[in-house]
Amino acid sequence: MNAPAYNFAYLDEQTKRMIRRAILKAIAIPGYQVPFASREMPMPYGWGTGGVQVTAAILGPNDVLKVIDQGSDDTTNAISIRKFFAKTAGVATTTATADATVIQTRHRIPEAPLHGGQVLVYQVPIPEPLRFLEPRETETRRMHALGEYGLIHVKLYEDIARFGHIATSYAYPVKVNARYVMDPSPTPKFDNPKMDNCPALQLFGAGREKRIYAIPPHTSVLSLDFEDHPFTRYRFDAPCALCGAEDSYLDEIVTDDRGGRMFVCSDTDYCETRQSSGHRGSENAAPHKERAHG
Amino acid sequence: MYVAVKGGERAIENAHRLLAHERRGDRDVPEVTLAQISEQLSLGVDRVMTEGSLYDRELAALAIKQARGDMIEAIFLIRAFRATLPRFGATEPVDTGQMQVRRRISSTFKDIPGGQILGPTFDYTHRLLDPQLADGFLPEPPATSDTSPVAMPRVTDILGRDGLIEASPRADAVLPVGDLTREPLSFPADRDLRLQNLARADEGFLLALGYSSQRGYGRSHPFAGEIRLGEVEVEFMAEDAGFAVPLGSITLTECQMVNQFKGSATEAPCFTRGYGLAFGQSERKTMSMALVDRSLRARELGEEIIAPAQDEEFVMSHSDNVQATGFVEHLKLPHYVDFQSELGLLRKLRNEFSEAADASSPMQEAAE
Repeated sequence: MNAPAYNFAYLDEQTKRMIRRAILKAIAIPGYQVPFASREMPMPYGWGTGGVQVTAAILGPNDVLKVIDQGSDDTTNAISIRKFFAKTAGVATTTATADATVIQTRHRIPEAPLHGGQVLVYQVPIPEPLRFLEPRETETRRMHALGEYGLIHVKLYEDIARFGHIATSYAYPVKVNARYVMDPSPTPKFDNPKMDNCPALQLFGAGREKRIYAIPPHTSVLSLDFEDHPFTRYRFDAPCALCGAEDSYLDEIVTDDRGGRMFVCSDTDYCETRQSSGHRGSENAAPHKERAHG
Repeated sequence: MYVAVKGGERAIENAHRLLAHERRGDRDVPEVTLAQISEQLSLGVDRVMTEGSLYDRELAALAIKQARGDMIEAIFLIRAFRATLPRFGATEPVDTGQMQVRRRISSTFKDIPGGQILGPTFDYTHRLLDPQLADGFLPEPPATSDTSPVAMPRVTDILGRDGLIEASPRADAVLPVGDLTREPLSFPADRDLRLQNLARADEGFLLALGYSSQRGYGRSHPFAGEIRLGEVEVEFMAEDAGFAVPLGSITLTECQMVNQFKGSATEAPCFTRGYGLAFGQSERKTMSMALVDRSLRARELGEEIIAPAQDEEFVMSHSDNVQATGFVEHLKLPHYVDFQSELGLLRKLRNEFSEAADASSPMQEAAE
């Protein structure tokens, strides 16, 4: 039998070169979706094959990798991808945002500000921000080429006419470098402002749709809006029940079947860092005492 | 109290362990061997090789075993392995006209040079469950007779000699054949890429599309010109040696559909072609593929595009079952943060709705 043998970080060097060329082009044209010959990966499409290929192509032996899903290092898919690179590339891994050189993410941008030299790799399901307005790739590519973005503004306007608000709460479209309208991947719109003028390099990989795009460091990223309906972030109005943070995006945890809820940081590293430096929320105000629940 | 989503790592390990246990099934039942799968579930192996785009019976059998018989999962395993293989080059085009034929039928002519050869087929069996097969059944050896080597020209070549069917496109020495696993697909796509996409496409998807074209969604008036199954030689042009080196032989099924004719003021009318090719014995796949190939030629042949089977962007974007199953099944992954965002928006809209209702209803009642 042909026993398989794999290269550093899984992908063969030819494939990595092809992906790096696509990444370089993407960086040169911020927000533009560069087609690339995406490979089948050993995890399914939809599990982050685009992000995994981008990470595999840029990873070096000295990199320190962090992987998050829904903001958390401990969700099963984040663990699975982290283990994949620990095994195939032997790189160091971390959960600390500040210590990572490469951060692969699904659906969130870390709360701690990113710094220069870091790369944030997004997993992208549908890279085309116009896809749900126009299903044909031939059409949407033409619309991007001509900068013809009227349709998406009409969609946002229709939301306001129907609901009184722009009814897009995640994957909220942005304009990059005053040229291309781009899908930020399904991050909550709370995270959109973090992409603007970010010192880190942001790379986006869509494996099934075979597209890579990028936001170079210190690039303007504006969320689409109207003068009389400016873009607003959404965050549930409560402090984190574990660390008391007032500025982090919150997960809603259903605690019982009688309407009981609590809200905790979606970014587990941010939350744990705050707790270890003494911040407390309502659920663990007195961590050294046994708490009674009933 | 909040129970953190911890322990994911151990959960994965235990899930994998349980999966391996379930895969093995009752340990008192003997384990199925790769040779058994390859020999006795051979059409399944053929499908996995075809849609996995890798001709290796042993690995395909392993994939089926590992996937517990889930064909799309097995195809996925083969694809993921194939993606890591280095490329040395492309073989010479195989010549199906020179095939060592085991089965060959035409529905367009009663007899053809080389004859009709029924071969191993379900076609005229009665679909009655056979209790004999349940245990220890040894079938009769196949009937044999002496054969003289006889040429079996393809039916479409016979039609082609009189110009009754359009010529097959010639290989273009300047423009190499495309490969959508190496170059990203863009639209409009030429026929080489369309055929590659269809060869890798999900059999069920192509079956439904081909069927829809027969039922009037973009009719193409097809006849099964010929279906042939057998072995063909594969050769590789060794640049150093200066000649083509035989690599071995592979089993192929080829289907050539003969379709409605075209013609114009400057061109004599002739039949058109639809083409299907697959590894192993894959007749349903190649027939469906040939129907869809012909439908997708609508643009090239100046036909009106009105049906799904004629729409290359629709067909090619959704034909790959590894991509399709991935995206459908990824809905199992957590979507907490986007859902939380939607929940927030919905609550806000509902609050505004009830506030507006509260504010307006008493006033209206008072006015009435």
